[in-house]
Amino acid sequence: MAKEDVLLLDFWVSPFCSRVKIALAEKGVAYQQRGEDIFGGKSELLLKSNPIYQKVPVLLHDGKPMCESTNIVQYIDETWPSPPLLPSSAYDRARARFWADFIDKKLFDAGGNIWKTKGEDQAAAKKELIQILKYLEGGLGDKDYFGGDSFGFVDIIAIPLTNWFFAYEKFGNFKVEEECPKFAAWTKRCLGRESVAKTLPDPQQVVEFVSMMRKMHGIE
Amino acid sequence: MDGEVILLDAYASMFGMRLRIALAEKGVKYEYREENLPKKSPFLFQMNPIHKKVPVLIHNGKPICESLIALQYIDEVWHDKNPLLPSDPYKRAQARLWADFVDQKVHTLGRKTWSAKGEEQEAAKKEFIEALKVLEGELGEKPYFGGEEFGYVDVALIPFYSWFHAYETCGNFKIGTQCPKFVAWTKRSMQRESVSKSLADPEKVYDFFLILKKHFGVE
Repeated sequence: MAKEDVLLLDFWVSPFCSRVKIALAEKGVAYQQRGEDIFGGKSELLLKSNPIYQKVPVLLHDGKPMCESTNIVQYIDETWPSPPLLPSSAYDRARARFWADFIDKKLFDAGGNIWKTKGEDQAAAKKELIQILKYLEGGLGDKDYFGGDSFGFVDIIAIPLTNWFFAYEKFGNFKVEEECPKFAAWTKRCLGRESVAKTLPDPQQVVEFVSMMRKMHGIE
Repeated sequence: MDGEVILLDAYASMFGMRLRIALAEKGVKYEYREENLPKKSPFLFQMNPIHKKVPVLIHNGKPICESLIALQYIDEVWHDKNPLLPSDPYKRAQARLWADFVDQKVHTLGRKTWSAKGEEQEAAKKEFIEALKVLEGELGEKPYFGGEEFGYVDVALIPFYSWFHAYETCGNFKIGTQCPKFVAWTKRSMQRESVSKSLADPEKVYDFFLILKKHFGVE
């Protein structure tokens, strides 16, 4: 596959963009990447490719744009079937989509509520995040990965969001590992994969980014 | 064979209507069980412990929650009749994007047209119409969002039509006059038996809506 066929519109710290990069890496798909200046001004191509939401990531395959990271990861799985990310049975696929949807609806916003707030609000946000992680631990069970023995769809949807946990822990003054050891173990397991380790930014850089965002929101 | 199919639902739920339509499109026999919202049964909590919401599709004892996920499940299991999602991965990605848009915009904004007040409500009404106009743009000259055939996005969207009377009455605005293309599409969709038999009566939806409003303490 020629590199020019697949283009990712990206923002370095976005966990949603990381999902797409990990999926492409897992499939061994070569692609080009273009960093967007989210604060300075979004490119014409981004605004034209994603007029509804005007957000990254956008994946352009043969010039055809796709938006929304969970949607893009499914597209990647369907277009380059090997190795499969979603399970083969309809029920297991529904369960995988359920967990991806749960993560999308809850996890990033809960984390955001931790670094954006103080005092009682922050305490409530921390409680909520831990509850979400406990639900995810329930979904994981005794399996190595959400899909079973192999790293797959739900793992890809979840793991980039954990890249921001270092920031939540710092500003919220708590440790995920102490509250949710099973989830922490799964995180370590995923970080051992090359596609994940090579994609995710240094958590310290994420902390600096969140620190900058806190100043912008007037929270410091 | 189909196996045992149960639908835990509530008459006025637009999300439940999606699944009623899909099951009808596929000719699947199922048992319909009405939840008496806002009171929820222990069975519902057991089948959907995280979100505690209807609809829940239960196939051979296994629950599938979240209507768009259940819609995809129905389409995959009963794939040989009236396919809802296209087979081309790019077109599928587009269909999923637009169904998600319905959830993120039409539902969220529709809710705000009655739950918000003053300036916030006016803004919500405006944005709601804008969202429908965006959908009109996506529909273009096609008979359905799925193209020539009634499909996934059509199923995801058409149930909201049964709530327009409630939105209009509470929000004191008219939707149809501002979105004629949308209205034409709803009429076309309502000609399908699966839709006309599955959609709740707008008057009954309005009655349910008044109960909901009271429950949420919105006057």
